[in-house]
Amino acid sequence: MDLLRFVAMRLGKGVIVLFAIAVLNFFLVRAAPGDPAQVMAGEAGAGDEVFLEQLRQQFGLDRPLYEQLWTYLSNYATLDLGFSYRQQQPVLDLILDRLPATLLLTGAAFFISLALGVVLGALAARRVGKWSDSAITTLALVFYATPLFWIALMSQIVFSLKLGWLPNVGFETIGAGYTGFERALDIGRHLVMPALTLGLFFTAIYARMMRASMLEVAGADFVKTAYAKGLSPSVITRRHIARNAILPVVTLAGLQAGQLVGGAILTETVFAWPGIGRLMFEALAQRDYSVLLGVFFVSSAMVVVFNLVTDIIYRIVDPRIEASA
Amino acid sequence: MSEPVLKVDRLSLSLPSVADRAFALKDASFEINAGETLCVVGESGSGKSMTAHAVMGLLPPAVKVAGGSIKLAARELLKLSDREMRQVRGRDIGMIFQEPMTSLNPLMRIGDQIREMFEAHGALDPSARQKRALELIEEVGLPDPARIVRVYPHQLSGGQRQRVMIAMALALEPKLLIADEPTTALDVTTQAQILKLVDRLRSDHGTAVLFITHDFGVVAEIADRIVVLQNGEICEAGKTAEVLRAPTHPYTRKLIAAVPSITPPDARALADAPAALTVEGLAKTYKSGGFFAKGRQVKAVDDVSFAIRPGETLGLVGESGSGKSTVGRCCLRLIEPDDGTIRLETVEIQAMTQRALRPHRSRIQMIFQDPYASLNPRRSVGRIIAEGPVAQGVDRKAAMRRARELLDLVGLTPAAADRYPHEFSGGQRQRIGIARALALDPKVLIADEAVSALDVSVQAQILDLIRDIQKRLGVAILFVTHDLRVAAQICDRIAVMQSGRIVELAPTAELFANPTHDYTRKLLAAVPGRDAFAHAN
Repeated sequence: MDLLRFVAMRLGKGVIVLFAIAVLNFFLVRAAPGDPAQVMAGEAGAGDEVFLEQLRQQFGLDRPLYEQLWTYLSNYATLDLGFSYRQQQPVLDLILDRLPATLLLTGAAFFISLALGVVLGALAARRVGKWSDSAITTLALVFYATPLFWIALMSQIVFSLKLGWLPNVGFETIGAGYTGFERALDIGRHLVMPALTLGLFFTAIYARMMRASMLEVAGADFVKTAYAKGLSPSVITRRHIARNAILPVVTLAGLQAGQLVGGAILTETVFAWPGIGRLMFEALAQRDYSVLLGVFFVSSAMVVVFNLVTDIIYRIVDPRIEASA
Repeated sequence: MSEPVLKVDRLSLSLPSVADRAFALKDASFEINAGETLCVVGESGSGKSMTAHAVMGLLPPAVKVAGGSIKLAARELLKLSDREMRQVRGRDIGMIFQEPMTSLNPLMRIGDQIREMFEAHGALDPSARQKRALELIEEVGLPDPARIVRVYPHQLSGGQRQRVMIAMALALEPKLLIADEPTTALDVTTQAQILKLVDRLRSDHGTAVLFITHDFGVVAEIADRIVVLQNGEICEAGKTAEVLRAPTHPYTRKLIAAVPSITPPDARALADAPAALTVEGLAKTYKSGGFFAKGRQVKAVDDVSFAIRPGETLGLVGESGSGKSTVGRCCLRLIEPDDGTIRLETVEIQAMTQRALRPHRSRIQMIFQDPYASLNPRRSVGRIIAEGPVAQGVDRKAAMRRARELLDLVGLTPAAADRYPHEFSGGQRQRIGIARALALDPKVLIADEAVSALDVSVQAQILDLIRDIQKRLGVAILFVTHDLRVAAQICDRIAVMQSGRIVELAPTAELFANPTHDYTRKLLAAVPGRDAFAHAN
């Protein structure tokens, strides 16, 4: 009941945020030198006055600004994100075409880093001061400090070129014509390296955070209570320490989840992964404004959605949140 | 006489070599019989908590047992393996702690936390556990057990949480209950209830109780026998009535004499001067929620009025949540009041901008509760004291010179100016805090629980200091406290606050002799050991 009202409230706020972003988008294009018709003509590779006039009429650019804004917003409301002249396709189609690949990559990286980070961090905290703790913290520091693209390139050289265990680049084997389970397996093999590379950085952060958080909670009064009950150390660690220690990790994971769509440009480029990141990069290089703005809008929508999901999860794992909402 | 439940014999606990003494506890011997309460009393650092933790087998890793024995019903605890000791904890010895707010796992329902006790020791089957949990909640006097088992700790008050802790500790009917300062963090009326509860359960179940406390009032209420610890050594032991009436050891005598009496001293004559601080119709309401959500309002301060003359101390007493601290902070405009007048001598400050208020800030200063948290650890004491005057435009050299004089005034050596707060004890830090407040020559001091975090002997010294400074400088003091004994000793008049309102305001002697409001009477009745410490200091 309370949760429903909370979700409704947050969805309402999300719609306001998206509306603001759409308006911002609208004025961003108009802030570029010349008018959008020139931008579009430039994209299409033609520049004569007659063509420009034609474009202006076609897109209503000769109408007053408020009328244009209205048309623009109504288009966005019906998920019409515009048309890319360079690609000769509606922007929405372009994005929807790339979205699954990106979500697969970043989603996999997300779950790998979360699971690995929490487990390693908890392990390090259990063995604080011992060699396994030092090994985990050192490794975490190394992955935290090493540039992503370098790890990507090195893993390509080692695991693909030298050892030949995994495919080098791409989403799937082109022209192999796999279907069903075989195709899933093929995509999975292609996914391993980019997902791990992308996930390592956050694994390092989660591991360090989980370790610090576990050590902090271990000194809490209720842990003393748990010892006084005569519980075994493993139950205390699992039920009392880890459950409380994971809360800050959840908060951080929520922030990462917001970046699921836009945050993988580098990895997608190095591994030639056909995702949103590369679409955005190419659009940037080609001055394909409508695609850029579309990606901008879709990533914003994703941030809003994932923030909401995080908040809901947080309310489930921490009963105190409800009281202060 | 049968075997004692707990027999501690020549127990010594060694501290790591960096500590300021070699033993946390030295050659301590005592025993507790079934159905008896033994209080271990001492000031902070006396080793009383270590004693409790040693019996429980939960010493911090750095502290080692250096000798002696701990026998629970003739069974030597120090020889048990970790696994055997785990079975003793909870089953044979229950323990409750000082901080009810943090002693329960915030993510687990109350029922689950109680049931965990049975689970850990394989007691009862699941349905019987649920039934027993409900019975326990009922037994410790919590309303609506069926609801309590389903709530989380944050939905309960401090007193209710401490009841849950007690229910948990007694779930398996242990032979021994260890209570480590269980009422220190509670309000006086809640404290009285919890003490009654522990005492009732002790007599109902014949449990032996090892009660750790620093408060002689509590001792007088609950103990059959007491053991006084000084720097890790037992300096006196005996029946409570005898020790309280005729303490033999000088340290015990000093501790007992330091307990502020509930009988106020004779009223002081005060010059009839215009008020230094006048507060009229002060109000502060806290609102939560907003933007879509429906808001909740809490009236923290509701139509509060009082005036303090120069050289006078007005006590503001009440329980936590009564709004007394909010009043103190509103007077300084650290919290912005919603309504009312605050007059410093003749200047009304409630409507000033913070910028316009700044020059007037020197006239009203605050002494904070926590001597550890209220001083910046990275600044030398001299600079902490001089900071206010320098901000008000005093020359830095002159301000530092004044800081040294002030340190002398509050009973520290002027050389302390060059040292850092961590080099001082709690009592010394509170002296520094007072020097800091005095640096601006204020006309009004707000003391917010200024002695509540200190041991009784230190508390008595700080109270003397405050009295002495008031006599010399003639400042008006608003003394915010929850401790009626302290209020009785230092205040000329006392205002009793309940739910944001002043329910009674009277000269101290009159208030204690003839309380007119029900709530005042209730507060006075709840002061622990009021009969034992009615002596006038």
